[in-house]
Amino acid sequence: MHLPNLVLAAANTAPAGGASSILLKLASVDYAILAIYFAFVIGIGWVLRRYLKTSSDYFESGRSLPAWICALGFIGANLGAQEVMGMAASGAKYGISTSHFYWIGAIPAMVFVGIFMMPFYYGSKARSVPEYLKLRFDEKTRTFNALTFAVMTVFSSGISMHALALLLNAILGWNYWACITFSGIIVLIYIYTGGLTSAIYNEVIQFFLIVLGFTPLVFLGLKDVGGWDGLMTKLGLYSNAQGMPGAWSHSWAHMGTAAGNPMGVEWFGLAMGLGFVLSFGYWCTDFLVIQRAMAAKDMNSARRTPIIAAIPKMLFPALVILPGMIAIALIQQGGDSIHLPTTPGGETDFNMVVPALLAKYFPTGMLGLGLTALMASFMSGMAGNVTAFNTVWTYDLYHNHINPKASDADLVRMGRITTVVGLIISAGCAYAATKFNNIMDMLQLVFGFVNAPLFAAFLLGMFWRRSTGHGAFYGLLTGTLSAMIFHGLTLPAIGTATGIKGGWISVQHTFTSSMAQNFWMAIFAFTGCFIATIVISLATKANKTDDELRGLVYSLTPKAKDEGAPWYSRPATLGAIVLAGAVILNVIFW
Amino acid sequence: MNLDVRLPMGLLFVIIGTILLVHGFTADPAIFANHSLGININTSWGGVILAFGAVMLFLSKKKKQD
Repeated sequence: MHLPNLVLAAANTAPAGGASSILLKLASVDYAILAIYFAFVIGIGWVLRRYLKTSSDYFESGRSLPAWICALGFIGANLGAQEVMGMAASGAKYGISTSHFYWIGAIPAMVFVGIFMMPFYYGSKARSVPEYLKLRFDEKTRTFNALTFAVMTVFSSGISMHALALLLNAILGWNYWACITFSGIIVLIYIYTGGLTSAIYNEVIQFFLIVLGFTPLVFLGLKDVGGWDGLMTKLGLYSNAQGMPGAWSHSWAHMGTAAGNPMGVEWFGLAMGLGFVLSFGYWCTDFLVIQRAMAAKDMNSARRTPIIAAIPKMLFPALVILPGMIAIALIQQGGDSIHLPTTPGGETDFNMVVPALLAKYFPTGMLGLGLTALMASFMSGMAGNVTAFNTVWTYDLYHNHINPKASDADLVRMGRITTVVGLIISAGCAYAATKFNNIMDMLQLVFGFVNAPLFAAFLLGMFWRRSTGHGAFYGLLTGTLSAMIFHGLTLPAIGTATGIKGGWISVQHTFTSSMAQNFWMAIFAFTGCFIATIVISLATKANKTDDELRGLVYSLTPKAKDEGAPWYSRPATLGAIVLAGAVILNVIFW
Repeated sequence: MNLDVRLPMGLLFVIIGTILLVHGFTADPAIFANHSLGININTSWGGVILAFGAVMLFLSKKKKQD
């Protein structure tokens, strides 16, 4: 699940630096590991440069990659810092229920996009998600999506950059601007030279770095708190002390009412808001991840990409949520067990769980590996956004509106220029964030309004052939407007000031948490877009003939046949296995 | 694509694994008592990483021969 607001939280609450807050002390062996990693990152881009000939090579990896590489790139691009640090923080704040972001959030959506939606994305030969919208609906829907997406990616990349620099400044005492420049230049070099393939290859390596770097951390942490049983006992004591007995060690058992669990969300808002609208909206429509599947060498590989990716994704809670739960057990253990900094508000800063555990459990050597994994996750978060940005800018905005006659070589050149410009804008956003924290909160809010209704338009576009260009465009606007109005009428919690948190029209309802407000806002935005798209489509004339819609809409597209193929290369079979796995995990940790 | 990602990945993890192994054998054992519950995590996990890198290298070489 994509949760940039968690990064922001990390960024906003990380200590401003100075010797007192430095958590990690590196030795030369740690620096050596970091340096070797960066040399490889740049080297990969450099080697791949020789193989880049066309714009398709640069922006789509020439549609040539095997499914497993695309799959690891698919989760690697999403495995940014928000996942590594944010999910650990949530693990501490909410316990096992954080796994909802995976087992009801990401997994069903990843299976759905692979089985049902990928045939249209990949089969339509569109080069980007906005381009699909042009083929399916019309130019204005495409441009609206391309513009909002381009702005969002470049800002997200800036947020990653800002968060990385703040973190390194806080835990290592490194200079903020040196970190911004250094991380920007590394990402710039490997994308400038190697394009999407370079980004995906680095995401694959980063995936293994995270797995290999964090597994021993979880192992040592678990051993320290007395294994799984010890962890559960301590979480039990902790949740008793918080007045919600058992809430940290169950995922569903306490979801009956919003007040009964630390997330402050009830099961319906969770299942519909997170499980359906937000997760499907992200995994099924966000070009950042879809781009990785579209780089696959054939339709079958493209369809299997998100489903294969779902297998490790399903097990990720053990790597990213468990550290947060271990931190709570250590706090419960008391004494000198863990050192977490406090926020300016005086609360424990759970966003610093991962660095604190690295400092506690990793001696020099492993510390270098852990830090490399952490930095790699920030940088691939940036790189994912930058590659999606340069593709959408070049194909959907530059080639489409500014220079329709551009040659293929012009497009590659424009892609490279856009990479440079995108990173400069990202650094500019980081600068803005250091000056005005509110700007970033504001942007997050606007992105939320624009993103929430997206899935409704795609769903109707792909599965209802009567939906029209006007219907989708005005449906999206209605959905965005519904989200804004909903936000203006509700507050996340009693006592919250009206304004950026909501209630700026008039307070009609108060939730138990901002997460609940967020989930319900998504439900309203989706419903608004869904209804408006249907009504406006029925009121307007179909703008595409059945012939034009072939390959773009479910009922007009021949079904992919995978009979005769071995079970592991059939998307539907794989998908069923993955879903069964998710159900089993939900039941085990109920 | 003509570069198999398993080649650079294998090389990277072989190098990192070797560094961890060497560091684990040569560094002051006190760092493990202070950090990793007395376990020499650098040698044990360094070995795992080295093995992982070697498998990746082997697979990339095997594919080339095919």
